[in-house]
Amino acid sequence: MSQDSYLQRPADGATTVEPSGRQGTDGSPEGGGAPPQGGATAGHKDKDPGLRAGDRGGPASWIDASPGMPRSAEAISMADRRIARALGWFSLGIGIPQVLMPGRVNRLVGLDNTLFKRQVMRLVGFREIATGAGIFFSQPKPAEWLWARAGGDLMDLLMLTRAFANPMSSKGRLLLATADVAGIGALDVIQARKHSLALKESGEESSMKARSSITVNRPADEVYRHWRDFENLPQFMFHLQAVEPKGEKRHRWVAKAPMGNTVEWDADVIEDIPNELIAWRATDGADVPNSGSVRFVAAPGGRGTEVIVEVDYQLPGGAIGGTVARLFGEEPEQQIKDDLRRFKQVVETGEVVYSEANPRGTISGHQIPKRPAQPLP
Amino acid sequence: MKANCWIRPNQVEIQEVPDPKIMNARDAIVKISSTAICGSDLHLFGGYIPAMRKGDILGHEFMGEVVELGDEVKNLKVGDRVVVPFPIACGACNACEHELYSLCENSNPNVGLAEKLLGYPTAGVFGYSHLTGGFAGGQAQYARVPFADVGPMKIENDDLSDDMVLFLSDILPTGYMAAEMCDIKPGHVVAVWGAGPVGQFAAASAFLLGAERVIVIDRFPYRLRIVAEHTGAETINYEQITNVRDALKQMTGGRGPDSCIDAVGLEAHHHSLPVYAYDKAKQMSRTESDRPYALRQAILACRSGGIVSVVGVYGGFIDKFPMGAVMNRALTIKAGQCHVHKYMRPLLDRIEKGELDPSFIITHRMSLNETPQGYDLFKQKEDECLKVVLSAN
Repeated sequence: MSQDSYLQRPADGATTVEPSGRQGTDGSPEGGGAPPQGGATAGHKDKDPGLRAGDRGGPASWIDASPGMPRSAEAISMADRRIARALGWFSLGIGIPQVLMPGRVNRLVGLDNTLFKRQVMRLVGFREIATGAGIFFSQPKPAEWLWARAGGDLMDLLMLTRAFANPMSSKGRLLLATADVAGIGALDVIQARKHSLALKESGEESSMKARSSITVNRPADEVYRHWRDFENLPQFMFHLQAVEPKGEKRHRWVAKAPMGNTVEWDADVIEDIPNELIAWRATDGADVPNSGSVRFVAAPGGRGTEVIVEVDYQLPGGAIGGTVARLFGEEPEQQIKDDLRRFKQVVETGEVVYSEANPRGTISGHQIPKRPAQPLP
Repeated sequence: MKANCWIRPNQVEIQEVPDPKIMNARDAIVKISSTAICGSDLHLFGGYIPAMRKGDILGHEFMGEVVELGDEVKNLKVGDRVVVPFPIACGACNACEHELYSLCENSNPNVGLAEKLLGYPTAGVFGYSHLTGGFAGGQAQYARVPFADVGPMKIENDDLSDDMVLFLSDILPTGYMAAEMCDIKPGHVVAVWGAGPVGQFAAASAFLLGAERVIVIDRFPYRLRIVAEHTGAETINYEQITNVRDALKQMTGGRGPDSCIDAVGLEAHHHSLPVYAYDKAKQMSRTESDRPYALRQAILACRSGGIVSVVGVYGGFIDKFPMGAVMNRALTIKAGQCHVHKYMRPLLDRIEKGELDPSFIITHRMSLNETPQGYDLFKQKEDECLKVVLSAN
């Protein structure tokens, strides 16, 4: 790779864009050497000290968060991914004949070829096509569809074993078909377990990640001070009900949850660099394990301070809880964006901006106007 | 109080609504003396702007007397006579600091909607759909004015009637900004599409800023007559002279106008029925939101290297934009909702000195109760209607 190479391809396939003239991870200049290892987090040579990409979390962390390549994908080996895809092809491969030529398939597996059995075989074929398509479309996280395949195999096994009692079936073929299904079924279960485990390990099954940033037209120390006084946060963070201090570094957070409930947890400030960074983590045993950070970076051109927030949390109820939260208009990334907008309003103008139609201020969940632009009664 | 409320496309109604109250410490309540119907209100009236809700109070050109103040407003007193600019600006964000008041980063609480359509939100605006925040408008007896220490301008001189200063709220600064964006040099010829109130003020401002000639294009003889009489502009009636580009070339020795102002916007009209019908049909099927005839013509007519200045309101997307002309002939396009706050005081000075009398465009005066008739008159351009001013109290 030449010194001028602008687009570099690290080992795992994710693409990063680096300024030309960057140095490799070992500090030696690039000169036709191997691509950098470990993906996009390699160091940068500072071209402009005022614009240190690392301050903002660097381009690397943004790439990691992109939906294209989630962390769970790294936990699964190439071989397992191929097997999952092969199972997808297999599903399509048997599903299509089952739908188009159910009679032939019935005879092949040794079932008696009644009209009813042909209808059933067709339905099984549709199911196979659906799970096959599901496996492909849910890449690279096909765990749920692999379990669906396994479920389908179990259903097939049950139907086949029942067919043994039927005097019209061809026993030899039936035996072979049952063995096949059992074998494939076992493979499905193994693969599904592997994928599910990888998801759990990377915490993605029920975790949500949200990040956003905004530029506030004030110096970093003023912006930092506004944020660091946690008890003020509910003024502009509408998902919070209250924040109570419990000592120097610990606070009790009370947040609003769907359906009018509240969720509480304790969190410690694990890093506090004045005017630069505040990082927190919920204590062990919290109902909603979460951690996050807010960075304060001088905006270029004297335009104030960039406030960059990253929040990671596990929702109660797992993935289902996440879906429910989204349905109730409480998408975490949108909430963070709204919180930041109101934070900017408060720091710059001293108030949260209301309009007659939005008497509580910016709430993006309420996109469809809830009331007309008229004074409140 | 009484207020003019949007009901559905092509219907507005005077309704009894609650009086406005102070919601924030920097608010003021203004008892409205005069207000007006804007050409852009017609886009709301016609249903071209999305995110309207039945009951929304319209109107963004208003002035009156301060009757109540929030605790943090230090520069106004109860009883002050003020003109209120239509964009709501906080005065503290980066945009406001650079005098780009219609791009205020804080004043629009409905950012999600605007972001989806426009890319980023813009400032809040009185009475102009939920895209601009869902603020109650000024075609009413009272209005709540947020950031009252930034927007409203005090009128000290009691000799200036409402007619003389009302238009500082929107259309006079808009016409002026349109002309200012043209970067007029001595000897320049400026062409203005649209002889509505903004076009009239754009023509007048172009002369104030040093243009040698101004040519105004429209199809209503009475509007062309008014602009010719009051500003000295030359005119083209495009229903009689259908090849406007050719006419402009001939009038400028083959060069073309040095700058072109689009004071028409999304409801442009085309004399050729098939062309007009195509875009109207696309609008009705929502596959195109705006009709771009005036803009296309302005771009194609502008002399190479010139400036196209767009103050006509557009909402979304247009078809067949002549990008080839823009790129190959090095045209500059400047556009924007007017940053009214920047121009109010300089223009008030000119009015006080007698350099400018904006009241010439007023053709109809009505009471607030007759506002729905005013909309019909203004939209149909009946009775030689150019500007309707409403007295509210």
